[in-house]
Amino acid sequence: MRIVVTAKYVPDINTDRGFDDGRVVRNAGEGTLNELDENAIEAALQLVEAERESGRIGPSDGEVVVVTMAGLDGDVALRKAFQLGVDRGIRVSDDALAGSDYFGTAAVLAAAVRKLGEESPVDLVVTGMAALDGLGSVVPTLLGAELGLPTLNLAMKVELAGGVLTITREIDDVTEQLSGPLPAVLSVTDSANQPRFPGFKLIMAARSKEIEVWSPADLGLDPAAAGSAGARTETLSAAPRPARPEVELVTDKGEGGVALADFLIRNDLV
Amino acid sequence: MTNRTVLVLLDPATEVRTSTLELLTIARGLGRVEAVTLEAPTVEVLAQLGAYGIETVHQAEPARDGACVSGDERHLPAVVAAALAAAVRLTDADVVLLPTSFAAKEAAALASHELGAGLVIDAASVREADGRIVAGKRVFAGSWDTECAVTTDVAVVTVRANSAVAQPVAAAVEPVTEGFAVEVAPSPVTLLSREVKADTSGRPPLDQAAIVVAGGRGTEGDFGPVEDLADALGAAVGASRDAAFEGWWDSYVGQTGVTVAPRVYIGAGISGAPHHRGGMQASQVIVAVNSDPEAPIFEICDFAVVGQLADVLPQAAAEIRKHKG
Ligand SMILES: Cc1cc2nc3c(=O)[nH]c(=O)nc-3n(C[C@H](O)[C@H](O)[C@H](O)COP(=O)(O)OP(=O)(O)OC[C@H]3O[C@@H](n4cnc5c(N)ncnc54)[C@H](O)[C@@H]3O)c2cc1C
Ligand SMILES: Nc1ncnc2c1ncn2[C@@H]1O[C@H](COP(=O)(O)O)[C@@H](O)[C@H]1O
Repeated sequence: MRIVVTAKYVPDINTDRGFDDGRVVRNAGEGTLNELDENAIEAALQLVEAERESGRIGPSDGEVVVVTMAGLDGDVALRKAFQLGVDRGIRVSDDALAGSDYFGTAAVLAAAVRKLGEESPVDLVVTGMAALDGLGSVVPTLLGAELGLPTLNLAMKVELAGGVLTITREIDDVTEQLSGPLPAVLSVTDSANQPRFPGFKLIMAARSKEIEVWSPADLGLDPAAAGSAGARTETLSAAPRPARPEVELVTDKGEGGVALADFLIRNDLV
Repeated sequence: MTNRTVLVLLDPATEVRTSTLELLTIARGLGRVEAVTLEAPTVEVLAQLGAYGIETVHQAEPARDGACVSGDERHLPAVVAAALAAAVRLTDADVVLLPTSFAAKEAAALASHELGAGLVIDAASVREADGRIVAGKRVFAGSWDTECAVTTDVAVVTVRANSAVAQPVAAAVEPVTEGFAVEVAPSPVTLLSREVKADTSGRPPLDQAAIVVAGGRGTEGDFGPVEDLADALGAAVGASRDAAFEGWWDSYVGQTGVTVAPRVYIGAGISGAPHHRGGMQASQVIVAVNSDPEAPIFEICDFAVVGQLADVLPQAAAEIRKHKG
């Protein structure tokens, strides 16, 4: 069982996030591994562990490789992935990749998966349900399309039996069960599992673990296919919203509900 | 008016939601609007489309390996995407508009991949500027406004609910339904089951409601006061993820739940964690009820009551019922 997880480095949602020159500001120290990709890593680790426990693969067989497309800062995300127990971390980097849109991102990640597949077969690609910066939730679908693999999205439950993956998902007001044969692309939601806490030994080991850096050329990719050159959208403006007016705060002394109703009524909101 | 053709996805075709009427209104500002469906629209649906100026409804007839794709499978994103891509080619359309649901995002991604089209997810506005489609988005939990232009010939845009006020045309038209063939690629994915949750609450859907009342951990599992205020206001009911994971309510608001941007959001017993804010901070007016005067949600509120929600909400509900008469 060889699994590739795609993971993104994003600004921490607990910090002030913003734009500079039409691009998301990514300050080292203020960025993290996209939390939802921890669910993807957890799903991958659990699948490999289950294969080992069942004896279908040897106790040291199976591999989880994390791939990120990012600048140097992206190593923060990979170190976190190492702490959780993944085997390899790859950063695809190049100045020309800056400003990639969904399609560019998917094309680069797909090329990385293909290159890994040339080394030895990849059984599964797992992604998070969304990157918490842009909340697009479309890269997994595009990755599946680029790779021409069955894509099972937004799983809240994952089962693997006899080389067939079956997922349950609840999207919008619909509950679905879908299945598809490996190799496949799978995206998992935050209800799929509870990401583990890193162990002390893994935290220590993560510090010195090697991060592999690949360029678009290593992937046989024309850099113009991704980055702002290949993007199908162009940011025209980005401006912070004006601050909200000061909150009108009422302490309930028996009339709080009346005050709330009055606020709605006098502002014509009822 | 330009001579653009704008396609609007109508899936399912058995009801027209308010968000679809908003989409049709936005679409009219961009060019001539036609609808795409995967099943026969009902008579009521056709009348509503006519009231919004839709003259042509393109009804896809999807087939795979010569066999008709029918039933639940028609709602699979891959099938919807194939229908959209075929409709764009058939009508030479320039723009495709979809609502922002997870299923629609998946279909939008696949259709734009197939068409080589630019894609914008979760737009709050769509306009034309210098011959290009320009979409506005509110990002980072509603703290930044951005605009981007689509640089390809075809633009695919998902538009979030409450982005426009639905406006019928002055003179209704009579839509004509035209079938068109769609060849769907063989699918390695099998749909084992599909179940649509029947909503018997009589409340508006959470993602489209003009008013949302949401309850959190502070309800301690009793959503009675939340439902009471929601019903007095004709609002939808939501929850925080913690409340949903406890099993107190089934759908929750936030970055990984439902994104809402109603006229009024009222949060009760919700602390206002960044994950929750990410799904509601674009609301026009934000109200909170929380027993903790230091609750973080107060930082983003227009109006707030420090108090017990079990006291405050029923009193507000009664007052609103009195006002409505
Ligand atoms: C990857 C990830 C994604 C997430 N996505 C989401 C998401 O999409 N949506 C979401 O909501 N959360 C999400 N969360 C969880 C989020 O971080 C918070 O844990 C959650 O929103 C807190 O829910 P709460 O406000 O109900 O509970 P708490 O934070 O426990 O707040 C309860 C509040 O109720 C108040 N209270 C208590 N008693 C009363 C009373 N009697 N009357 C009035 N007020 C009272 C308290 O003062 C407190 O402020 C996510 C977390 C992660 C890690
Ligand atoms: N630059 C990136 N590098 C690695 N993975 C990514 C990147 N962007 C998106 N992803 C993956 O795609 C998922 C969905 O992202 P998005 O479609 O941008 O919301 C994330 O959870 C990641 O698993």
